[in-house]
This record gives sequence, structure tokens and C-alpha cells, in this order.
Amino acid sequence: MKKLMLGNQAFARGLYEAGCRIVSSYPGTPSTEITEEAAKYDEIYAEWAPNEKVAMETALGASIAGARAFCGMKHVGLNVAADPLYTAAYTGVNAGLVIAVADDQGMHSSQNEQDSRHHAIASKVPMLEPSDSGECKDFVKLAFELSEQFDAPFIVRMSTRVAHSQSIVDTVDREELPLKEYTKTPQKYVMMPAFAKGRHVFVEERTRKLTEYAETTPLNRVEISDSAEFGVITNGAAYQYVKEALGDKASVLKLGMVNPLPVKLIQDFAAKYDKIYVIEELDGIIEQHCRNIGVNNVQGKEIFGYIGELPQSVIAEKLLGQKKDFVALEENIPVRPPVMCPGCPHRGLFYCLSKNKITVSGDIGCYTLGAAAPLFAVDTTICMGASISALHGFNKARGAESEHKTVAVIGDSTFMHSGMTGLVNIAYNDSNSTVIILDNSITGMTGHQQNPTTGKNLKGDPAAAVNLEELCRAIGIKRVRVVDPYDLAQTEAAIKEELAADEASVIISRRPCALLKYVKHAPALKVDTDKCVGCKMCMKLGCPAISMKDGKAVIDHTQCVGCGICQQQCRVGAIE
Amino acid sequence: METKSIMIVGVGGQGSLLASRLLGNVLLAQGYDVKVSEVHGMSQRGGSVVTYVKYGDRVYSPVVEKGEADAVISFEMLEAARCLPYLKKGGHLITSTQQIDPMPVITGAAEYPEDLAGKIKAAGVDLVAVDALALAEEAGTAKASNVVLMGVLASLTDFPEELWQSALEQCVPPKFLELNKKAFELGRNAR
Repeated sequence: MKKLMLGNQAFARGLYEAGCRIVSSYPGTPSTEITEEAAKYDEIYAEWAPNEKVAMETALGASIAGARAFCGMKHVGLNVAADPLYTAAYTGVNAGLVIAVADDQGMHSSQNEQDSRHHAIASKVPMLEPSDSGECKDFVKLAFELSEQFDAPFIVRMSTRVAHSQSIVDTVDREELPLKEYTKTPQKYVMMPAFAKGRHVFVEERTRKLTEYAETTPLNRVEISDSAEFGVITNGAAYQYVKEALGDKASVLKLGMVNPLPVKLIQDFAAKYDKIYVIEELDGIIEQHCRNIGVNNVQGKEIFGYIGELPQSVIAEKLLGQKKDFVALEENIPVRPPVMCPGCPHRGLFYCLSKNKITVSGDIGCYTLGAAAPLFAVDTTICMGASISALHGFNKARGAESEHKTVAVIGDSTFMHSGMTGLVNIAYNDSNSTVIILDNSITGMTGHQQNPTTGKNLKGDPAAAVNLEELCRAIGIKRVRVVDPYDLAQTEAAIKEELAADEASVIISRRPCALLKYVKHAPALKVDTDKCVGCKMCMKLGCPAISMKDGKAVIDHTQCVGCGICQQQCRVGAIE
Repeated sequence: METKSIMIVGVGGQGSLLASRLLGNVLLAQGYDVKVSEVHGMSQRGGSVVTYVKYGDRVYSPVVEKGEADAVISFEMLEAARCLPYLKKGGHLITSTQQIDPMPVITGAAEYPEDLAGKIKAAGVDLVAVDALALAEEAGTAKASNVVLMGVLASLTDFPEELWQSALEQCVPPKFLELNKKAFELGRNAR
């Protein structure tokens, strides 16, 4: 049956059809929907793990136990899971193990633009890369077969465009596979030096065999055009841009297997043309490989650079000198950056921090938006969990001067992911640091995933819930308190008291995300224009529902959820 | 057939996902190769949201770039102006006249430009501006302005009516179907 499917949805369909049984992932744009879609199939056990390292180890354990298994993550998640990845390369698998890593060319929703192919090369794990939804499904199924054939975990590299574009997919039935037999094999699964040395020899031999396979696999395909003036070597989303921009002006070598790369296939293709362009997004990995194997008639990064996506307009302009005509207004069009939603519980908390000029060590989530106008509250954002550990370092470096005016802010899910260990460090190595956990009872930014604090699992069934207060106390933090960020006075007082204290503390700012379906909203608020003096105190909150018209504040009733923060902010009682 | 490109633009939360699903369904039923591309994550939080829909015998790139769109459908006036450069010469620009202030306007750092519809028309663009919000409210809910705009698009294209109707039946939950069918009808006759 033919259906329009997101790349991620097609990926999940591939997991289903390939008989995958166990899925463990941590959400991250643009990879999240693979696992959400997989969870819709009753035949697949699917879960959210607290982080990518746990997810990958779970999937590896399932594979060793004899079940086809999968874990998915975004590019930066693979950094967290790099530890198991590099040794899973040595243990290999029992039943097939497939790992999805979704790169974010163009940084639509990420803190960096790293190229995950480096991890595949460094860990010596083979990597496939589809170009559309149909290939997502087909490549996943093939990856399971190859994983078992070559005794290797297989990474399937996604990108924002492939993950979040829908194209046509032909679905078939699931192949139900029995559990493979598990046999105790310490020389394969106990990676201590004596055994690991043997496995390293195996890994090198496996890479040699995989390179041979890369020469002839249909994953790598040559598309010859009789009218071609030059050749192009490309992969992933860039293949689609190349075909759109160049049509039959170029012959194309499309690489669906991006690690290891073939040698003879590339040499033979390159020998057909005077000029070969390597069109790959992010780093010049294929290009460098070409030079390493003596193919020197290639050009790539010097033309296309290392940054962002390479859509058809870039290729047409750089290689054909073509530009499209278009009309634009001379008018200055104000930008529309993402903002915290009306009723967002983070707003009140950030307002209190901003008002008191507190230095804020930030983290990854919706609350990163606290860095934007008009709150400008956040000082640093690095990676998952870094808010707490970086705060500790900041305070150790600057001592009392910063201890009483610097905090970390971290969401509930991010705290479970990798914030806890930072808090252990604060308790253990005794820094007088104040950590604020923004507990909105969900993983917000990636689109509402459950996590270990919410009391529900991925399938929406009841689950054990981590008690954040007890956890923080067990770690060794004595001062733990809970505030409601809709209550500005209470929140501000708590921040001031905990910063003034001479020991480490945790404030849990607790209020569910305003977008959660079960959250009941109060009626929209209104401005009494007779009372409003136009002081703009309410505007300091940066609520998208409030604007100024003719010198008075106006609240958009279609957006306002009645959180009441602006009401507390108004000195003349004009909001009711 | 040469590949055709349609862009659906608006503000996060306005319902562009349903609009692109409806359109994708109609195109698929017409037997075209179809690609629909959207960006999730950060940009959904009240930021500009863009969806690309492309169809033809064989669609390669899922992305629509400047000067390539046969039609731009906008849920908001400022977004219509922002996406004007994506329109191909002779393409249709369909927009709701709704205005939503972006944060720089709210904070007073910028002003919402006046008479954008007039300026777009003056630039020689084929503009269809519809008060989709009012029509949606007439149909029963402000949330259906996405379906109103699909009705406007339907009046500019020649895809069979029954395909739109069956797309609505497939994409809209039964209890909202009648309301959305009315919104579609109001959009279809709005021009």
C-alpha cells in the first residue's frame, strides 16, 4: 500500500517490517518521531530512556539477548552514547542492532552542527544514509540484515530534511522473527583487554569486508547521463538537491553507504569525467576519502563550504551560474523568532531572574528561549546537563562573589538525562550553588514526551515517577523547596533566600506546561483601559498575548490562558 | 509534468500541519509523486512556520526556494510579505488578512508594517486576501482558518471536488468534519 510518510515514520515502519522487537531512545529533534511511531506498533516494545547512553546500552543488551533492537537519537545524543558505541563496535551483535542518528544541517533546532559521520569512522561502525522516506524504510530493513551478516551495529544517518519530509512509501507486512539463541561468549561480549585485543583484529577485518561490500552494494548507485559534462558524488539529502538542480547535466554517484566508503567504485566513476564535484553537506568526508585513494580531480568544500544545507539554489548558482528571479517588498519585515507560549510556566521564573540581574547557567529545552528579548535572562547554554556542572565550575572559579547571584536552570527531563550527576558533584565537592529545576511535568521542546518524572511511560501507561525533592535530598542537598512560578512574589522570595544561604540548594519551580491537554486554563484576562496608565510593566514579561495599542496594553483573548502573571505585575490593578 | 511547488506559511500553532496533510492527500489521490516538508522543534514555539508541498511526475528536492513557488498560502499577513520572494513570477499568493504581532513588535523594537496587502499588489503580485479567521468563526471555530484557506486554494486549482472531500474525511476527526466541510466551502466561495 502506498502512503505519504515522514522519513521518521517510514524509519519506524522499517523497524516494524524488519521484526524489530526492542526500541529504546531519548527524544531529540529531528529524530523523535521514529520512536513515537515505533511505539504505535503493538509488536514492538518501545521506551524512552533517561538518556542516549542508557538507550544504546539497552538496545545492545537486547541485541545480545537475541532480539532485533534499535535506539534513536539526534547528533548531539550520539556524543552521550559514544561510550557504548565505540565498544559495541567490538562486541558486535547477536540479533541485528540499528542506531539512528539525526544530524541537523542548518541547525533548525540544535546547539551545534556536527557531522555524525566522524563518529562512524572513529568507532569503525558502518553507516547508511537514506535520501527519502522510501529509502529510510528500505535501508533500515537492509541494515538489520547486514548487522547480522557482518556482526556489527549499523548506524542509519538521518538529516532534518530526510527525517521531516514526507514522501511516498510502499508498505508490506512484518516479518516475525524468533529470538535468536543466546550463548555465553565472553571472548565476544566481555571487553577486557585480553578479549578486546582479539575483537580489534576482528573489527579491522570486518571493515575490510565491508569496504568490499561497499564496492558492489546497490546502496551505492551510479546514474549515468549521456549528456553529462561532469560527475557528482553525493549522499543523503544533498542527492535530491543535486538531481533537482542539475538534472541530466551531471552523472551521479549516489552513496547510500557512507562508512566505509568504496574505493574502486569511486576511482572508476571519477575516471569517466575531467571534473568531479563532491556535493556533501557539512564536512568534506567523501572528498577527503577521494584524495586519500588518489582521486584528485575532485572539488567540493572550496566551492560549497562546511556550513548549513546545500539546497538546489546553491548548487545551480555555484555550478551553473543560474539564479532565480523573485519579487520582494522594500519594507522592513520584522523577524518572528520563537517565543515562550502564553501561560508558559518558565516566564514568571525567568522574569524574577532577569529583574534581579542574576547570572544564569542555562540548559537545553524550551527555557533556552529565556535568553531572548525581552527577558535576556540566560548567560550560557552548552549541552544537556551542562547548566549544573558549569554553575559549579563558575562558582568554584569566582567564589562568594558569584555564589550569591548565580543560578543554574534545567528542565525536569534534562535533569534526569544528565543534570543529576552535576548535582552530585555540587553536593560532593561542596559548592554553594543554587540550582533551579523547571519542572513542567513533560519534555516540552521536542513535542511532549513523557520522562521518568512524569509518572507515565512512552505508551502513556502509568509508570514509576522519580520524586525530585527526595532525589535531591538523597544526593545530599539539604535545602530543597518547591515554588509555583505563577506566583511571582513567592518565586522571587525563594530565589533571594536560596541565593543568600551559605549552602547548596535546589528550587523546584513546578507547574505543568500550558500546552498539556489536561491543563485547565483560566478565562482570558482583559485590560481596563480607564485604569491602564501605559507604564508597560506587563510588557516586560514578553508574553505574546500582550501588546500596546494607542498607549494602552491590550490582551489578545484568543491567546491568553489567564495565567495571571501580568495581573501581579500591574501596579494600578488594570488587568482583570 | 514539471514539478509544482506550494508553500504554506504561518505562525507556530496555526494549523499548517493539517493544511499540508489535506493537500498531500489530494495530490497523492491524483497519482502524483509528492513531497511534503516541514520543520519541527524550536521554530514551532510561536515562530514563523513553513511547509513545502511539491508534486509532479518525479519530485526530488523537498525544499522550495526563492522564485520557485507556484502558490504561497499564508495564514498571516506579515508571513505573506516575508515569503513573497519565494513566489515564482505569475504565481498566486493567497493570504488570510489576520495579523499577529511578532515579539519585536510587541516589545516596541519594530513596527508592524501598514497596508501590506496594498504594497504586495503594487508589486504586481496576484494576491488573494481573505478574512479567513472571520469565515472560520462563521463555520464554528477560529481554528478552522487553515481549512478555509485550503478552500480558497481549491477554487484556484482544478483538482476534483470529491478528492478534497475525501481528504477532509481522512484527515479530520469525525466530530469536527461537518464544521470543517463548512469552512472549506466558505473558503471555496470567498474569492
